[in-house]
Amino acid sequence: MGWAIAIHGGAGDIPLSLPPEKRLPREAGLRRCLEVGIAALKARNHPLDVVELVVRELENHPNFNAGKGSVLTTSGTVEMEASIMDGKTMKCGAVSGVSTVVNAISLARLVMEKTPHIYLAFDGAEAFAREQGLETVEMSHFITPENIERLKQAQEADRVQIDYTQPIQKEMPKDAAVADGDSQIGTVGCVAVDNEGNLATATSTGGLVNKMVGRIGDTPVIGAGTYANHLCALSATGRGEAIIRGTVARDVAAVMEFKGISLKEAAAYVIDRVPPGTAGLIAVSSTGEITMPFNTTGMFRACATEDGYSEIAIWDSPSK
Amino acid sequence: MGGWAIAVHGGAGVDPNLPKERQEEAKRLLARCLDIGISALRSNLPAIDVVELVVRELETDPLFNSGRGSALTEKGTVEMEASIMDGPKRRCGAVSGLTTVKNPVSLARLVMDKTPHSYLAFAGAEEFARTQGVELVDNGYFITEDNVGMLKLAKEANSILFDYRVPTLGTCGIGVGAALESPIQMNGLPISVYAPETVGCVVVDKEGRCAAATSTGGLMNKMNGRIGDSPLIGSGTYASELVGVSCSGEGEAIIRSTLAREVAAVMEYKGLNLQEAVDNVIKYRLDEGKAGVIAVSKNGEVACGFNTTGMFRGCATEDGFMEVGVW
Repeated sequence: MGWAIAIHGGAGDIPLSLPPEKRLPREAGLRRCLEVGIAALKARNHPLDVVELVVRELENHPNFNAGKGSVLTTSGTVEMEASIMDGKTMKCGAVSGVSTVVNAISLARLVMEKTPHIYLAFDGAEAFAREQGLETVEMSHFITPENIERLKQAQEADRVQIDYTQPIQKEMPKDAAVADGDSQIGTVGCVAVDNEGNLATATSTGGLVNKMVGRIGDTPVIGAGTYANHLCALSATGRGEAIIRGTVARDVAAVMEFKGISLKEAAAYVIDRVPPGTAGLIAVSSTGEITMPFNTTGMFRACATEDGYSEIAIWDSPSK
Repeated sequence: MGGWAIAVHGGAGVDPNLPKERQEEAKRLLARCLDIGISALRSNLPAIDVVELVVRELETDPLFNSGRGSALTEKGTVEMEASIMDGPKRRCGAVSGLTTVKNPVSLARLVMDKTPHSYLAFAGAEEFARTQGVELVDNGYFITEDNVGMLKLAKEANSILFDYRVPTLGTCGIGVGAALESPIQMNGLPISVYAPETVGCVVVDKEGRCAAATSTGGLMNKMNGRIGDSPLIGSGTYASELVGVSCSGEGEAIIRSTLAREVAAVMEYKGLNLQEAVDNVIKYRLDEGKAGVIAVSKNGEVACGFNTTGMFRGCATEDGFMEVGVW
C-alpha cells in the first residue's frame, strides 16, 4: 500500500491572473513542505508527527494564512486557530484566539496530549502555552505588509458598499481585484497515512480577513474543518461558516462509511453540496487514496505517494 | 405523523443518590419549560424562536448547569457557552467564554442573525454583546453557593484516591467523608460532585421546521478557556431539514463522536427512523463515553436516548403526549 500525504495552502478565489511574484513563493513553499513531509514519512515517523511537522513549516511560511502571514481581524490583530486529530484513537486537540504562540498547531497537540480537554481558547490557551514552555513572540511577528494591505482593501470595500448605492460587484482597480481574490485564501493543512493505515490530520489558520474579534471559523471545530477516523483523514479550507454548517470533514467520512463509496466519490459528493466558491479539502484514506476536490477557483495544494507520484497545483489539474 | 413536537433536557448523567426533593424540583422545571414551549408552539411561533425561549428559561433558573447556576472554572469564575441551529437552511450561531451575558443562547442567536459569522468567543463575543444591548450582569450573578461548594469538592476529588467517600448534594459539605458512596464517574469526577446538567431544547413546529439549542457552564473545575461540545455545531447541537438534536454528557467524547451530526447522518445515509437513529448512535457511535441525546424529526417525532444513569428530560407532541423523566 505505502504512505500518502497531501497538503494545502488554502482554497479560494485565486485569480488565474495571479502574478508570478505571488504565485512562485507559494508553489516553492508547497514544494518544500511536501518534501519535509515525505522525508518524515520515509523515516517512518507516525503520521501525527508528520502532519504537525508539515503544518509548522506552513505556519512559519509568511505567504500562507497561518502563523506568520495570518490575515488580520478588523482591529488589525492576529487571532490564530488550529486543530489536530489522530484517526486510530480519534484523540484530538484544538486552539483558538492564539496571538503570541509561534506554532498554534503544536499548542493544539499539547492540548490533546497534556490536558483532559480537547479545545482551549484565548487567554486560557495562551496561559497554557506559557505553562508548557512553547515559543511565544510579540504579535507583530505574525503581521506582514501584505496582510495590512489586505485588511485595508477589505475595510474599504465594506465602506464603499455602505457609502455608495452601487451594485455589490463594483468595478475595482486591477491590483485591488488581485488582492481581493487573494484575501479569500485561508488556512493550511496536512493529512497523512503510513503503510500501516495510521491516519492523521492537522489544520491551522489566521481565519477570515477583517473578521470580528473573537470570530471562530471551521478550523478548530472537529467535524467541520478537521476530522480523522479509522477510514480517512481530512482537512478543509474555504469559507468557515459554510464548512461549519456543512460539517464538511465529518460528512466525507460518514458518506464513505454509510454509502460504501470511495474517498474520492465521497469527497466530491460533499463538496458539491456546499455552496459554490466556498470550500475545498484534502483527504487520504487508510488504503492510501488521496483526493483534493474544491469548488472554488483554485486551491494551493500538493500531494505525494510512496510509489513515486507527486503533484503541486493551484487550479484545475487533470488528476484532480 | 406531523404536528409539532418538543423535547428539553437538563443534562445526561444523574447521581443515583440525588435527593428526592432535587429530583422533584428538576421535574417541575422541565415541565414548566415544556409548558412554555407548548404555548409558544400553539401560538405558531417558529421552531427557532421556541428553542431560544425555552433555553432562556433554563439558563435563568439556577437549577441546571447553564446561565445562572453554571459550573465553575478552576479559578472559581463562570465561562458559559451555547449554540443554536435553524434546520431549514442550517443557519447556526454559537458563543463561548461568556462571563457577563445573562442569556448565552440569545447571544448565539444574534451571532447567527446579525453577523456574517457563526461563532464568536471570549472578549470578542462580550464586545458584540455590548453593541447589541443584550442584558449584561456581573460574573457573580451566575455563581451559586451550591457550585462554590461543588468546586471545592471537585478540587479535593482530583487530588485524592477514589476510596474516599464524597458527600452528596444537599448535605453540609464539610469536606470529604460523609455517608454515601458514589462510584459513578463522569468526566473523571464522581457524579455527586459534578453532573453535566447542560441544558438543551429541540423543536419541530407545525410547518415541519426543526431547530435545536444547547447551553452550558461546562465542566466543573475546567481550565479557563476550555471549550466543550455545547457550542460546537455537529457535536452538541445540530439541526437540518430532517432533525433537531441536542446532546449532553462527557463533552470530549461527544466531540470525538460528532454526536449530534451522527444522529442526522444515520437517518440520512442508513435510513433509520428517529428513535432507531438515537439508539444506534448512543450504542455504537459514541466513542467510549457517556452521553444523552434528545431529538425531533420533521415528521413530528420525538426521541431521546442515553447511556448514562439517568437524564433530566421532558418531551411532548401535538397529539397530547407529554412526559417528564429522570431515570
